[in-house]
Amino acid sequence: MIWNAFLLAIREIRRNLMRSILTMLGIIIGVAAVITMVTLGNGATAKVTAEISSLGSNLLMVRPGQRMGPGRDSSGAKSFSLEDAEAIRNGVASIVAVAPTASASVTAVFGNDNWSTTITGTNNDYFQTGNWSFAEGRQFSETELKSGKPVCVIGKTISKELFNNEDALGEKIRLGSFSCEVVGLLQSKGQSMMGSDQDDTIIMPIKTVQRRLTGNQDVRMIRISVKPDIDTDVVNRAITMLLRDRRHLSDNEKSDFSVMDTQEITNTLTGTTRVMTMLLGAVAAVSLIVGGIGIMNIMLVSVTERTREIGIRMAIGALEREVLWQFLVEAIVLSSLGGIIGIILALSASYFGSMLMGVPLIIDYAIVTLAFVFSAMVGVVFGYFPARNAARLNPIDALRHE
Amino acid sequence: MSSTNATEPALIEFSEVIKTYGKGTSEFQALKGVNFVIHEGEFVAIMGPSGSGKSTVMNTLGCLDTPTAGHYLFQGVHVESLNRDQRALLRRNYLGFVFQGFNLLARTTAIENVELPLLYRGMKRHERQTAARKALQLVGLEEWENHSPGELSGGQQQRVAIARALVTNPKVLLADEPTGNLDTARSQEIMELLSRLNRDLNITILMVTHEAEMAAYANRLIHFVDGLVEQDAYQEPKS
Repeated sequence: MIWNAFLLAIREIRRNLMRSILTMLGIIIGVAAVITMVTLGNGATAKVTAEISSLGSNLLMVRPGQRMGPGRDSSGAKSFSLEDAEAIRNGVASIVAVAPTASASVTAVFGNDNWSTTITGTNNDYFQTGNWSFAEGRQFSETELKSGKPVCVIGKTISKELFNNEDALGEKIRLGSFSCEVVGLLQSKGQSMMGSDQDDTIIMPIKTVQRRLTGNQDVRMIRISVKPDIDTDVVNRAITMLLRDRRHLSDNEKSDFSVMDTQEITNTLTGTTRVMTMLLGAVAAVSLIVGGIGIMNIMLVSVTERTREIGIRMAIGALEREVLWQFLVEAIVLSSLGGIIGIILALSASYFGSMLMGVPLIIDYAIVTLAFVFSAMVGVVFGYFPARNAARLNPIDALRHE
Repeated sequence: MSSTNATEPALIEFSEVIKTYGKGTSEFQALKGVNFVIHEGEFVAIMGPSGSGKSTVMNTLGCLDTPTAGHYLFQGVHVESLNRDQRALLRRNYLGFVFQGFNLLARTTAIENVELPLLYRGMKRHERQTAARKALQLVGLEEWENHSPGELSGGQQQRVAIARALVTNPKVLLADEPTGNLDTARSQEIMELLSRLNRDLNITILMVTHEAEMAAYANRLIHFVDGLVEQDAYQEPKS
């Protein structure tokens, strides 16, 4: 009987091809939107994850004050000192690099060019923690670090803005009251995942920055690289314990500093893109429901329009449930067909979309299946009401219907 | 005449059939106790002025409607006690309908229209087509099987409708004003076709008409007035 209903439904769809296509359009767009949104969202998440792991996946960042983000208040929290960094290097196991940093915003001048940038004072470990490599020149020498000599390593953007990409080694950049000699040029790293230019940087020995720019002994952040294959959580706890001890915090006091794990940043960012994906998917799902209502609308109109035909079928000997099945199957076939076309459309849209956005194409087959099942369900739910109306018609009235 | 043979079982039997529409003050009695017996092979014309109950009789005979009181026996089965689905099955297996307005499915070829009742019987595609072609041959439209109703004349459409009614080999063909929408020449063609089917295939035909000229093709005439049988007589059919 269902096979029969299926045959009848196919005939009906063929008979009203234009109307059928228009009916399916809502479902096609809904399904295509859901799948495309989720696929591109997954691609974006994967891209973010990949970018963060390129930054160094076993990196810990220690800052005074609690947590990053809006509402952060680190003004009350005591800064770190170079001794804290040394204590971490000597007191915590499984660490490969410790880079205390202090930074300041300056206007760098060379000849007639000037450029506003950020200066980071640190040590040679910084290049390791940030996955930096040298294009030219060298790291800082022990003497330069110890005595705070005015030397600097510059990023690609500085080289471009101040030196027009010409040889900068040995040149002196003017920074307010003092000049510093360029001893190294870094390889370009491009944009960070937050969209800032990582190459727009000048790096100096931390003592130079403290003495000549910030005018205090504060360390604003300590970057720590952990040995690969070591659980960063263990190191995180060890650092926390050590720093709490050095800052004389009693057991019931909260830490007045925070240790951030790149793993944690990864989770936060992928969490954000995932929420975005879900939101976009939800909006698309609404359009799928609207598409379903479109099917119900057309089916209801179709039942009224075909009242006489239903009467003929009943006179010929169609059972009530056969009429019900015919209309129900028709709705299901329409919505499923719409679902299939939507999936094909979504896959091609995702393919081109991911190329355009430069994100990897990750097709979630669970979502594809879900979208298809949902579109078929839409047919069942929104087709049932009109189908029941059709089946309950009185044959005599239906035959008399004009 | 064979139909008067008392030993032959009655195909259709109406006894004291009453049909009321509405309730209370708006109550209207369309049939007020109708009695008749129809035997296999008869060609019955039902006549009467409008409002006389002839359409109600037709709907009741076609199992589309049930009597309010009285008995309707079809091959010994009490139709008034059947439910909706049982009546649908009875229509499917024993009855064929021809309407005044043809009632073919639009945008559907003649052969697909004729196949329709077989689809509900779950017949295979090949058998369906063979049977549908045979029925179209009976009405002389085998050349037109791939034309949709819009491409056929009124007379041809009615012949497709007759083919559709015949395709299931029904016991009874119910025709409600089959020539009502046709001109005289086409009407005569249709009537000749019906009387040929009655003669050659021994199909029982019950036809409602208000034209005496068409009723002349039947071999029995039942005249309705005010919800009652006023006159019921056999006649020599015109051919």
